[in-house]
Amino acid sequence: MTEEKHALTPNKWIDNYADYLYNFTISRVNNTDLAKDLVQEAFLAGLKSAKSFQGKATERTWLVSILKRKIIDHYRKTNSKKGKAEVRMNFYDDGENKGSWLEERVPQNWDNTSEKQIENEELRYQLEACIDKLPEKYAMVFRMKTVQEFETEEICKELGISSSNLWVIIHRARTQLRKCMEDNWFNN
Amino acid sequence: MFRNLKITCDQATTICDKNQYGEASIKELIKLNIHFIKCRICARYSKQNTMLSSLYKGHAQYCKDLKHSLSLKEKKDLKVLLKKNKE
Repeated sequence: MTEEKHALTPNKWIDNYADYLYNFTISRVNNTDLAKDLVQEAFLAGLKSAKSFQGKATERTWLVSILKRKIIDHYRKTNSKKGKAEVRMNFYDDGENKGSWLEERVPQNWDNTSEKQIENEELRYQLEACIDKLPEKYAMVFRMKTVQEFETEEICKELGISSSNLWVIIHRARTQLRKCMEDNWFNN
Repeated sequence: MFRNLKITCDQATTICDKNQYGEASIKELIKLNIHFIKCRICARYSKQNTMLSSLYKGHAQYCKDLKHSLSLKEKKDLKVLLKKNKE
């Protein structure tokens, strides 16, 4: 049995895939302008490498794989630029207290959680603001795992990180997020 | 024997976070619960973490229901750009 060969139809790319690729990108970078730029770059890269398309995958799968590479390039660039500087420590990293909570980061009791837990616009706004304060790499991994609910393996594969690395990122993101919500919502 | 089960607050809260996604192993959960016996701070973290997870879940659902799309003008501009680069 011969496998079906797929063909490229660049004239229909925008109508058929622009919104799909745009949603795909926003879920990973959470920035509309950046998402638009990355989608545009992916389409242009697709045009450039159209000759190497072998027709084994569908057109959409092929475009998504190009887009993924663009997103990873962006992720790597931001990771090497500013990601590291913004990490807030929560635990002692050496000495006899290594691994224990730093005093100023110890979780506090939350006031009136039942009243304040109500789902509303304001709460969502605060949560998004706290996620945006995370280093970009942390925000991205957190969103992929918690908001988009991707499998661990899938994220590791897509971002080229190990699973233990992923859990360290998730842990740091959640600890930082918890503190931000504590300061700005639960105990505010 | 119990020395192997001893973990720091950093490790305990990492397991706690992993468990929010149902991905902590039995061994890790045993270590975590032993840690909770002597560490009320991490126990508090765990309780608040569960509450935050339900908040994140609600937010996730909200985000999934949102559909984004490019404007007609943006699509038109993209088409022009692709056409130009194709030539």
